[in-house]
Amino acid sequence: MKYSYFPGCSLKGTGRAYEESLLPVLKVLGVELEELDDWNCCGATAYMAVDEVKACVMASRNLAIAEKAGHKELLAPCSACYLVLNKTKHYLHESPVVEAVVQKALRQANLTYSGNTPVRHPLDLLVNNVGIEEIKKHVKHPLKGLKIAPYYGCQIVRPYATFDDQYNPTTMDRLLEAIGCTMVTYPLKTRCCGGSLTGTLPEPGLLCSYILLKEAITRGADVIATVCPLCQFNLDCYRDKMKGKWGHETIPDPRNKDARVPVGPHLDIPVVFFTQLIGLAFGLSEKELGLQRGFAPMRKPACAQRQSAAA
Amino acid sequence: MELKRTIKYESDRVKGFGREVMSVPGCEQLEHCIQCGTCSGLCPLSIFMDYTPRQVMELTRSDFKTEVLRSTTIWLCASCYACTVECPKQIRITDIMYELKQRAIHEGFYPKRFPIPVLAQEFYKMSHKRGRVTENFLATIMFLKTDILAALGMWRLGLNLLRRGRFPLKLEGIKRKSELERMMAVVDKLSIDALNNGHQTGGNGGRQHGAH
Amino acid sequence: MDKVNGNHDVRIGFYVCNCGTNIAAMVDVQAVAKYVAALPNVVVSRDYKYMCSDPGQELIQKDIKEFGLNRIVVAACSPLLHEHTFRSAVEAGGLNPFFFHMVNIREHDSWVHTDRDEATAKAKALARAGIRRVARHRALEVKKVPVHPDVLVVGGGIAGIHAALTLAKSGKKVYLVEREPSIGGHMAKFDKTFPTLDCAACILTPKMSEVGAHENITLWSYSEVVKMDGYVGNFKVTVRRKPRYVLEDLCTGCQECISHCVYKEPKFPDAFNEHLGKRKPVYIPFPQATPQVVLIDPEVCLNFRRGVLTDKCKKPCVEACGDRKAIDFKQKEELKEIKVGTIIVATGFKTFDVGRMPQYGYGRYPNVYTALEVERLVNASGPTAGDVLLRDGHHPKSIGIIHCVGSRDKNTNRWCSRVCCMYSMKLAHLLKEHTEAEIYNFYIDIRAPGKGYEEFYDKLLEEGVHFIRGRVGEVTDWAFIPEEEGKLVIRVEDTLAGVVRRIPVDMVVLATGLEPHADAQNVRRLFNMSCGTEGFFLERHPKLAPVNTFTDGIFLAGCCQSPKDIPDSVAQAGAAAAEALVLIDTGHIEQEPNTAYVVEAECSGCKSCIPLCPYTAISLLPDKKKAYINEALCKGCGTCVAACPSGSIVQNLFEDAEIFSEIDGLLEPTSV
Ligand SMILES: Cc1cc2nc3c(=O)[nH]c(=O)nc-3n(C[C@H](O)[C@H](O)[C@H](O)COP(=O)(O)OP(=O)(O)OC[C@H]3O[C@@H](n4cnc5c(N)ncnc54)[C@H](O)[C@@H]3O)c2cc1C
Ligand code: SF4
Ligand code: SF4
Repeated sequence: MKYSYFPGCSLKGTGRAYEESLLPVLKVLGVELEELDDWNCCGATAYMAVDEVKACVMASRNLAIAEKAGHKELLAPCSACYLVLNKTKHYLHESPVVEAVVQKALRQANLTYSGNTPVRHPLDLLVNNVGIEEIKKHVKHPLKGLKIAPYYGCQIVRPYATFDDQYNPTTMDRLLEAIGCTMVTYPLKTRCCGGSLTGTLPEPGLLCSYILLKEAITRGADVIATVCPLCQFNLDCYRDKMKGKWGHETIPDPRNKDARVPVGPHLDIPVVFFTQLIGLAFGLSEKELGLQRGFAPMRKPACAQRQSAAA
Repeated sequence: MELKRTIKYESDRVKGFGREVMSVPGCEQLEHCIQCGTCSGLCPLSIFMDYTPRQVMELTRSDFKTEVLRSTTIWLCASCYACTVECPKQIRITDIMYELKQRAIHEGFYPKRFPIPVLAQEFYKMSHKRGRVTENFLATIMFLKTDILAALGMWRLGLNLLRRGRFPLKLEGIKRKSELERMMAVVDKLSIDALNNGHQTGGNGGRQHGAH
Repeated sequence: MDKVNGNHDVRIGFYVCNCGTNIAAMVDVQAVAKYVAALPNVVVSRDYKYMCSDPGQELIQKDIKEFGLNRIVVAACSPLLHEHTFRSAVEAGGLNPFFFHMVNIREHDSWVHTDRDEATAKAKALARAGIRRVARHRALEVKKVPVHPDVLVVGGGIAGIHAALTLAKSGKKVYLVEREPSIGGHMAKFDKTFPTLDCAACILTPKMSEVGAHENITLWSYSEVVKMDGYVGNFKVTVRRKPRYVLEDLCTGCQECISHCVYKEPKFPDAFNEHLGKRKPVYIPFPQATPQVVLIDPEVCLNFRRGVLTDKCKKPCVEACGDRKAIDFKQKEELKEIKVGTIIVATGFKTFDVGRMPQYGYGRYPNVYTALEVERLVNASGPTAGDVLLRDGHHPKSIGIIHCVGSRDKNTNRWCSRVCCMYSMKLAHLLKEHTEAEIYNFYIDIRAPGKGYEEFYDKLLEEGVHFIRGRVGEVTDWAFIPEEEGKLVIRVEDTLAGVVRRIPVDMVVLATGLEPHADAQNVRRLFNMSCGTEGFFLERHPKLAPVNTFTDGIFLAGCCQSPKDIPDSVAQAGAAAAEALVLIDTGHIEQEPNTAYVVEAECSGCKSCIPLCPYTAISLLPDKKKAYINEALCKGCGTCVAACPSGSIVQNLFEDAEIFSEIDGLLEPTSV
């Protein structure tokens, strides 16, 4: 099946590695994508704070272009885009007034919106269309022993939990287990990363991200896997600041139960996109998958384990 | 010790404000709030808010417009929807927060140089004008408009991003910008509020345009 | 004078009621009386202040004698209120009560209109319709059906027990059918009961043994009703008795078999103890179980394999039972058929499934408990003999009790479960007593509206239990600061203080709400009852008929009707027993004659009416191939009458002639 593909602004900018890893992985699996013609910003959350109706119009332009393209479904890998596009669908469905305005605006561009294009997330597509068994067939280097904190973030399961459980999503867990990883118990799977607050109000924003990192570390994870460019950015790129603010806090020493160590040095835990891990297991190179773009690159031991498992 | 009176008078209320918010599609359920605090209990940001989300719900319902629109709460909301999915009365708290943010922006209810509304508006402008958003440019503009010192403090982050190819040097944009402009012009012309009979316009006439 | 029915002249008396000013203020009653006086067949037409008063009724009786009236029409309030009053008055005046018709000019007219002239015109039209109709009325007879004196009580919780004992003590024979191996219901699991804190076993056990011993009570535990036919006074009920593999008559309750079972130690999860304890394949649910009869669980007994007898075990139990010969591995389920006149349904409730609220961590964190589990944990005869030992082997130093779990929540159950605030406080008290832990109650509102309940709340405050007004967001096990490490963390807004708090505790108790049994819909269908939207059985009237159902002769008691505490369950059980006694002691029931009947000659036997009847009153006479309506079951709803393609069903009081005359009367233009 061929899907329309809506990359969204982040996947072309700070979250490039997500697109860089998603495309080759899907290619290996034989999923064809066609980038949406002249797509625009989804309308994202900051936009919704200014003018919800206009945000809806922007989002519906994308939905309408997808309809025109004729593929049945639209793939939106960024969580914010995924939510905004879905939310717009709900909104248009619920409010005839907003729908009337949107239709009128779309007519200016010779577009129409019928509401028939499902917006899908890569996790959903991989688990429910491609299937875990099919993915297993392509694994060349199982990532044996790699301990993962699976972090889903908020927006793909809230408020519209369509393909996964709202409290305890498991699609990513299942995918990563299929490629050999081990999941650590991570009760913060869907806790907020702080969103754009990390940039605007660093104190509360970064604290949200810091909690996620710290807890992954105390739970013994080697790597944090994410599905969202903003989550990845927040967890990955502000480490210096977090170290400055909270690096002195102590956590139980992973090697010695009775001792405590400062959390600072441990904060350099790699934060990658789940597609990068799948790509590694499929035997794609680190460069191809954009792994060099992380601020804390996948540490040697983790990669070494991968190689030894392959050997 | 400086003493401050905390009493609220009926004249402090902007009567009708609560009703007005509750008539916006998606915000109706606010009528049913039982002030249980589940929203605040779940909100990851509530520990920094001046009013908890629950208090914002009550202040809104009771017409304390100024208090609500001046609160830090609406800006701290990260739209994670944690509250919304658990509210026992199915109140869409996150959507109400959006509604309140919109009203605060349109009516100029926020401190000068407060970065969040500035970011929201710059985001709005950029996505509106160019059709796409280039995050690093956006952040730079925001810092320049709010806190130049903070912008300077971010140079290392910028450099690190640049080194890793995550700092595009070109502004993204769509091809058919005029198409988008035409579409937006439609919205500008049609006042949603006028279309929506049940919805009183009250100080929300500025909705058609971005702030100022 | 018209000879409408062929046998006599029609002489109508018409009375329009002022109802104080309720009617007279909006309807010109004198004008109505004057107008009706001129209608054909009307002999007397009057208005009167209160027709339902004694003088009003006497007026009718006097006129019947004086003017030789044979039809009466009263235009007043709703027939729901006073039709019965006037029928009796007419009967006392010497007429057949069905030569009466009532016209509603209050609810249908004066109360809902604002223009006096139009309201008066409407009253005239309605009155005229009644006059036309009553001329066509036929004399009808109220049938009497005898009531079988035996009673069936379904469900042996405190409500069922109390109802059964009340009836038995008044000399009635009662069948008590209980699904579980013992009666007692939820109450049997409690340690103490609020607000008096009397020991649940101490007050319940005497009643249970009284049930077991009472000569008027046939106790069928481990049994279920599978079928019910018939109608009020004459129900035919089939009860399935599940095999216990132990003969009730022969078992003395000595429990030798249990101690001799091949399993030396109890090994299987014990449902009575909420799976906190273990039992053997042969067991008695709890020491005071009634009947005192053991049973064998074929799912785990070695002598069975997945429920099928294999004879693989050397059966030391049989040996231990010896000459009593009570154990019978070949026992089969039995179907018993009984006849009863009335039924009391007291099937109780189940507690909310906490799996539906994963944010509270039940099942994920071992130290999260449901309230029922804690009832067993603090119980001296529970799995830990009253020692509050957590699943992780520690004793708690701090405990959080979360109220309203599965109550007052549109995402799960919308209603308030009424007892959770109180039992949470009871558990807080008991836990404090047993552990001296620091205890936090998290509540939305404290609902303590019973006798002595507010005082109990006060006592708890005095004991230093914390009350935090806020619905808990989540229970997690991740630490934000070191003092939280290794604890369960409750995040909540203390709404009264206006701050968000994180409170680390060792144990969390979920105060689960009360909800209908999963099979409540089946039970509803079985007994022809209705359910509210939430699934509790519906009473006939929320205030004035709280234990009646819409099916005559079937009554409700206890939590199957709505969540309530023990005092209310017992009160309701008493009321249900009294209602049953009314029927039994009257000895018969009177049947409204507004039932439908089939004109056999015209019925084609097409059977279209049979599935339509909501009361399953219609059957096909197998010999004649004609439909037959059981008068006792027919409620006079008229569905079949309208549906019959050959028009061969007639309904008393709603015959075509009656209805058409009424319509004609209504449509005729009103002069004046
Ligand atoms: C944790 C907890 C603590 C409580 N503490 C108190 C307290 O301290 N004081 C107080 O006043 N109230 C208390 N209550 C409330 C109390 O439990 C109820 O008021 C009481 O149990 C209601 O009795 P019942 O007979 O209606 O229902 P139940 O106790 O539920 O009994 C119903 C019986 O019917 C049987 N049954 C069900 N379906 C069928 C069927 N189809 N056929 C045959 N039998 C069937 C069941 O097996 C059961 O034996 C508490 C409730 C809970 C959940
Ligand atoms: S969770 Fe819902 S009902 Fe409770 S205080 Fe918040 S908005 Fe009100
Ligand atoms: S959506 Fe906003 S108010 Fe609600 S929990 Fe998230 S941050 Fe808090």
